[in-house]
Amino acid sequence: MTHILNRPDFDVIAGWIEPGHKVLDLGCGDGSLLKHLIDSRGVHGWGVEIDDANILAAIKNGINVIQGNLERGLDEFADQAFDHVVLSRTLQTVRHTEGILREMLRVGREAVVSFPNFAYWKNLRSVLNGRMPVSEDLPYQWYDSPNVRFFTLLDFEALCRQMDLIIRERSVLDEDGQPVDNEDERELNFLGSLVVYRLTQRR
Amino acid sequence: MPGQSVGAVHSQRAHFEQPLSLRSGGVVPAYDLVYETYGTLNAAKSNAILVCHALSGHHHVAGHYADQPENIGWWDNIIGPGRPLDTDRYFIVGVNNLGGCHGSTGPSTLNPATGKRWGADFPIVAVIDWVHAQARLADRLGIDSWAAVIGGSLGGMQALRWSVTYPERIRNAIVIAAAPKLSAQNIAFNDVARQAILTDPDFHGGHYYEHHTRPTRGLRLARMLGHITYLSDDQMGEKFGRELRNGSFTFDFDVEFEVESYLRYQGDKFAGYFDANTYLLMTKALDYFDPARMDDGDLKATMARSKANFLIASFTTDWRFTPARSKEIVAALLANGRNVSYAEIDLNFGHDSFLMEDAHYHGVVDAWLRNIKL
Repeated sequence: MTHILNRPDFDVIAGWIEPGHKVLDLGCGDGSLLKHLIDSRGVHGWGVEIDDANILAAIKNGINVIQGNLERGLDEFADQAFDHVVLSRTLQTVRHTEGILREMLRVGREAVVSFPNFAYWKNLRSVLNGRMPVSEDLPYQWYDSPNVRFFTLLDFEALCRQMDLIIRERSVLDEDGQPVDNEDERELNFLGSLVVYRLTQRR
Repeated sequence: MPGQSVGAVHSQRAHFEQPLSLRSGGVVPAYDLVYETYGTLNAAKSNAILVCHALSGHHHVAGHYADQPENIGWWDNIIGPGRPLDTDRYFIVGVNNLGGCHGSTGPSTLNPATGKRWGADFPIVAVIDWVHAQARLADRLGIDSWAAVIGGSLGGMQALRWSVTYPERIRNAIVIAAAPKLSAQNIAFNDVARQAILTDPDFHGGHYYEHHTRPTRGLRLARMLGHITYLSDDQMGEKFGRELRNGSFTFDFDVEFEVESYLRYQGDKFAGYFDANTYLLMTKALDYFDPARMDDGDLKATMARSKANFLIASFTTDWRFTPARSKEIVAALLANGRNVSYAEIDLNFGHDSFLMEDAHYHGVVDAWLRNIKL
């Protein structure tokens, strides 16, 4: 199965976003997701990115991109300015996990979060074999990884409960980007390599 | 350096008979603007870019004069074939603002009413007045709407002003190292600079031309002070450190440290060619700049008037107009759902970074401009 830009979470995210929506993509990289959403869904998009090379690449892609550090919050953005605030495969690189989730739901009606699930069975097998996991969704060596938070599907959902966030939808994908499901949450936690959530909060 | 210079250029002059009413309540009865253009205006007249100058700039933005090969435009490094402001694509216009001292009507030009130089009688001009004057020049050149207006510092403020004063006449704005208004500290620096000029015994209330003298001491001090605020502490440290000109202390008030030598040289050079009355006017234009004033200080409401797409850029080491000041503009644009990109460029030259050649900085401007519709 081919995915948008070889990013299976992009398919899921695109499916949740309606034409004309205002979308903020945090850690937007070269703007590929926003470009796809603009071209295919007619959204109005902005990205936030810290890296100079990505700023240049996003501008080349014709994307609105704001240079900034997610760790310092989203001060430039007004409350509830966006329909969706996306954080794809970036949450594990952010130190202030609760802070960024709160900020996302301050500036956006909905937060869309995807992250690699460290409890994926191949990751666990790798650790049992004595080595840190390297996979499609965790493509780094331990010494060059930008990831600073290592957590699982169940960990994340526990945090959502603790923060009183509402999980509106969840999509669990295996390493090939295929959706997986299981009645047993603990088993699902082993089966998912990448998880995508759609979150809101009570107002 | 990628691309080329535009090569030999020449200045042009446009005369405007229609009086211009100014923000200050003053009126300029008739005036000249000197300007330069580079590249070719296309048939649809849709490829024109206005480059606005900062405090001490002028219309000679790029290239050189055939008889003065060393007189290179102040932003030559960004303009020319293959450069970000690509003269193979765009028609670039640079203009010396009203009140300037490089050929446009200003304090040092003749007041037709008196036959003498305007001097202190030249009315106070504001950024919005320059924008109105530039709009008349655009009319003269047949340009209904600028593909882009670009500027750094006070030049960026003109681009911002354009976007809210003539939203139908500017499709894109590039605002670099600017701020939506000056801070108390910014105004304080400007006032010290003005005091240096105003208290110079050679100032003669601004009518020094008639006394065949110039307040060069005051202007020199003003420039020295200004220059410090354009540079970063790190850069000054790297460039001069505590280097002594003669290797050891001389225990007197002559030039000892290299940084003193540099500043005095810059001050002398500037005082040699720039007009003190123009310096006063330019600093006042900076101080008065506050477009949100028309909306009771609500910059979001002000930027709602704009329709342009924006590129906002700031420099990490700029402490005169810090990145946070640029972000105020970004936030106001975002709050209106405007198309805006913001780059915070890591360059070591303080406020002056906007004039420097840097692959990333110029790459960002180049890439952004290549996506605008002509």
